[in-house]
Amino acid sequence: MVWANVTVQGILLGGLYALFATGLALVFGVMRMVNLAHGDLGILAAFIALFIVQSLGLPLLWATVLTIAIMFILGYVLQRGLLNFTLGTDDTRPIVVTFGLSIIIQNALILKFSADSQGLDAGKIENISIKISNQMSIGWFPLIVFLTAVAVIAVLELFLARAKLGRAFRATSDDREAAELMGINNKHIYSLAMAIALAIVALAGVLLAIRTTFDPTQGGFRLIYAFEAVIMGGMGSMWGTLAGGIILGVAQTLGTQAFGAGWGLVAGHLVFLTVLAVKPSGFFAKTVTA
Amino acid sequence: MSTPDVAKAAPALPGFRISRSTRMHKIVLVLSVAIIAVLAAVPLFAENAFMRNMVTFFTLVALAQMWNLLAGYAGLVSIGQQAYIGLGAYGLWLIGDVLGLNPFLAVFLAGLLAVAVALPVAPLIFRLRGGYFSIGTWVIAEVVRLIVSNIQATGGGSGKTVLSAARLPIETRITGTYLLALAVALGAILLVYFLLRSRTGLALTAIRDNDIAAQSSGVNVFRSKLIVWVVAAYVCGVIGAVVAMNLLRIQPAAAFTINWTAYALFIVVIGGFGTIEGPIIGAVIYFALLQSLSQYGTLYMLLLGIVAVIMATVAPKGIWGFIVKKWDIHLFPVSRRLVLDTPADQDVKPAEKPGPAPMAESV
Repeated sequence: MVWANVTVQGILLGGLYALFATGLALVFGVMRMVNLAHGDLGILAAFIALFIVQSLGLPLLWATVLTIAIMFILGYVLQRGLLNFTLGTDDTRPIVVTFGLSIIIQNALILKFSADSQGLDAGKIENISIKISNQMSIGWFPLIVFLTAVAVIAVLELFLARAKLGRAFRATSDDREAAELMGINNKHIYSLAMAIALAIVALAGVLLAIRTTFDPTQGGFRLIYAFEAVIMGGMGSMWGTLAGGIILGVAQTLGTQAFGAGWGLVAGHLVFLTVLAVKPSGFFAKTVTA
Repeated sequence: MSTPDVAKAAPALPGFRISRSTRMHKIVLVLSVAIIAVLAAVPLFAENAFMRNMVTFFTLVALAQMWNLLAGYAGLVSIGQQAYIGLGAYGLWLIGDVLGLNPFLAVFLAGLLAVAVALPVAPLIFRLRGGYFSIGTWVIAEVVRLIVSNIQATGGGSGKTVLSAARLPIETRITGTYLLALAVALGAILLVYFLLRSRTGLALTAIRDNDIAAQSSGVNVFRSKLIVWVVAAYVCGVIGAVVAMNLLRIQPAAAFTINWTAYALFIVVIGGFGTIEGPIIGAVIYFALLQSLSQYGTLYMLLLGIVAVIMATVAPKGIWGFIVKKWDIHLFPVSRRLVLDTPADQDVKPAEKPGPAPMAESV
């Protein structure tokens, strides 16, 4: 029963990983770009929410909504004003530029907020849980995070499948020249994709900040976990990304339970490397491009 | 054109040759030897603090060369070279302190520890492309860092002191480390130089430009990338060991920090991608800035990040790229150029071959 409890906690944790991973996968899917600053942007969002709560005194819910809006706009501007210029030249430029962005965000946050750990307080929702048995209880907040991830992915999948804009996303992803010929403005589409990706990662960042403490240097870890979720899930499938996040979360919590604190993260990475060895395309891949 | 004409035209072809070095390269060679001689003589008159500072400079040059070899030539944009630097540092401790070998010898063996990890992970992470490859290299670095921090034998999170090096007489250690670091920096430059002039160098250029086209032309892409990957891991391991010789203290958080990659990336982006000269110039600029701005720490990193982003967007070939474009200077003869040996008498008979226009002097 202890193990069942640990597994359930891992699944719930996986939801948060998947939420971080969704934006990374969306951006890669639409414009074949890997945003190395993705995790740092999520942490940036957490700090923006913290700033709004502390300085403007807004309730957390409104601060979250405002943060998502800010990150949406930032995403559009960032892509339109900077990242679009690095695309289509050679592969190394977007990597170098987004890595540079990651360094900028991290150090700017340290300058403004110091390197200390921070937390966002959501009140008593953080401490209540559903007791299933003596050894298993599910925290309300982790459950809400997981369900949020499922809802976001469902809406995103629906959007990509049905909405006119979603169709444009897929068209640009499949063949950017042909899409352009059909009257799609790729630059605008890329910028919207980044805007949506950052809006989602903003939500992920705020939820992370409520769930645990955070500091400016954590972006890299968020990026790595998101990446592992994407690769294990398989490219082009958002539900696959959720599955990848769950696998990672369960591997980490089981690893911690089995080998002690400190080894959980190693277990997560090793499971990822094993998947990469035996099933490099991931479990639910839809696209062939790696 | 009829067949006999072609046959007749063929003997006229020896009028060109493929050239690499020019007179300037000979001047550069002489100057380089002079600079190296001066640098090697530094321990005769310099103070210890200066030499320890120079060790940092030399390791940065070598690190930037290796990162550029990976990213600028092989298209392997690694953000995980800190794995091999850290392994080299711990390798010095393992071979010097635990196995009891001379620490100066241990520095070179420490690189093998890095290779022992780089070799088996290569087939795995080479499955990833572009930015995902980059994150994959970071995952490996994280795994190594976590394992080293979690086991007690390596001192856990607080690390180890390299006693075998600390017990050396201070003059011997500092002078020795200085000369070692100089040798590693020169070795890294020469290694890249000879690698680029070799068959692998040609293969790398082809892969960088288009790996699928290179593969279909018979280039063994995997093998070429593997050579570069392993060479870079070995040299990064040696660099890590030299750093550990210099600092004597090894901690996992510092040894495996991604800042190593950040330094290398800044240096190469500022100096110039895909050239040997770029990382050297970049290292000089980076080091000069470091001397004057390092007390600002975080602000310094922030500024470097901004400079890197601007350079990569506006001037992706860096400072050296700008110099090449303006004056067409190449200090290292790694590229091939076509030189037409055209004595005047041969040149004035264009009537025989009216077809192609005279070729440019250099390509």
